[in-house]
Amino acid sequence: MTHALIDELLAGGPVLTDGGWGTQFLEQSERPVTRTELWNLSHPELVEQVAKSYVDAGSEIILTNTFQANRFALPDAVEQVEAINRAGAQISKRAAGEHTKVFASIGPTNKLLVMGDVDEAELSDVFTEQATALADGGADGIVIETMSDLAEAVIALEAAAATGLPVVVSMTFDTGRQGDRTMMGVTPADAAKALADAGADVIGANCGLGVDRVAPVCEALVQATNLPIWIKANAGAPVLIEREVVYQMTADEFAGHVATLVSAGASFVGGCCGTTPEFISAIDRSLRPG
Amino acid sequence: MELLEELYEAVLTGDFFTTPDLTRRGLDEGFAPQALIDDAMIPAMAEAGRLFEEEDYFVPELLSSGRAIKASLEILHPLLRAGNAEYVGKVVIGTVQGDLHDIGKSLVAVMMQGAGFDVIDLGTDVSPSEVVAAIEEHKPDVVALSALLTTTMLAMPRTIDAIVDAGLRDQVQVLLGGAPMNEKTAKEFGGDGYADNANAAVRLALELVGAS
Repeated sequence: MTHALIDELLAGGPVLTDGGWGTQFLEQSERPVTRTELWNLSHPELVEQVAKSYVDAGSEIILTNTFQANRFALPDAVEQVEAINRAGAQISKRAAGEHTKVFASIGPTNKLLVMGDVDEAELSDVFTEQATALADGGADGIVIETMSDLAEAVIALEAAAATGLPVVVSMTFDTGRQGDRTMMGVTPADAAKALADAGADVIGANCGLGVDRVAPVCEALVQATNLPIWIKANAGAPVLIEREVVYQMTADEFAGHVATLVSAGASFVGGCCGTTPEFISAIDRSLRPG
Repeated sequence: MELLEELYEAVLTGDFFTTPDLTRRGLDEGFAPQALIDDAMIPAMAEAGRLFEEEDYFVPELLSSGRAIKASLEILHPLLRAGNAEYVGKVVIGTVQGDLHDIGKSLVAVMMQGAGFDVIDLGTDVSPSEVVAAIEEHKPDVVALSALLTTTMLAMPRTIDAIVDAGLRDQVQVLLGGAPMNEKTAKEFGGDGYADNANAAVRLALELVGAS
């Protein structure tokens, strides 16, 4: 059974999510852009600006600045992990106002079950800590994103679902000749089946090889599940110009690709690396002409 | 099945519970440590690498094979050090400053070990000065640097600049890799080589040390 909030969101047609946050941080700050999750406590105003820029651009769902806010990724700030997550959800909620929903971001731990770096119980504790704090902070839903290991994704999903919030699980398909497997070899069909069985409300793909290459992944997900599909792809592949990383795809080009994804069955759409509020506005215009 | 075959199979299938036992049994049966490595483990890892390139294997299978070798090498290394281990070369490896991603780097590290390199793994978020210090201490043939993020890969040229400034650039070959990288970028950053997967990285390292 789908979560009531998901039904409510989908009643209005395709739902517009947000775009990249890292790029926005780069533009707004002189500071080195690493471990920006700490900014939820040290520079909440910068984080809120980014969140607000997506609300203003027309996002119906914005995420939170909590992607790597887990105790494995913040080894010297473990005492602050809960506060960082709670603040991340609160900041996005403040920016969201009444009409925009906040789906809080949980990323991978970068620890490998297969190498014995961690066991299932430890992973579960880490994700439970993060998900609980995000729910406490007022998140409307949780997005587990950029996952490549299905076992880790399922553990995160179970931890997130325990909060009672709707849960999106989105994996990164960027490997293999067709670019349709995760780094760990998971196909969209494998992912859709395992995640649906484990109780995901929405299943998706984010990051990856670029919005121009994600359509086959979207189609494979649609084939494999009746659950709504979430796609947040990158603005094509980046190129390096004068030691600067540049995404050359324009907002309108990106919006054109997103329209194709919506026709293919995607219900929640937005962008990932290289996308900005301008991209979200462009998608908004193309999805809702006039 | 003969012991070498069993060890080969165990590494290839990533059976890291069994490889230590097989290794001890091999030693009991009189195999030289180096023979267990050269005649079973290295060929098995090479086959795992081939299957990875063929996309029959993915990262988990390859990591399990690496872990199987690692478990075995923990038994053999002390013996090898006593009896002058034959390494094909020495590698210092790490993920660059600001980047905490471990997986790709660890994969390359275990595969390099599996190919017969002495591997010093500096971990993640390694600063340029730590890389320079490691070169001075370990005198490696190859320095392998990894970055997963477009925002952190710019630490690669900074690291290479530091190696140049320390006057060590001629002493090492610098390999670059990671999701946002490509051949052209690696060249622009001042690297000696680029590989787009772990197996290719091992092949390239073997070429660079003249062992292929």
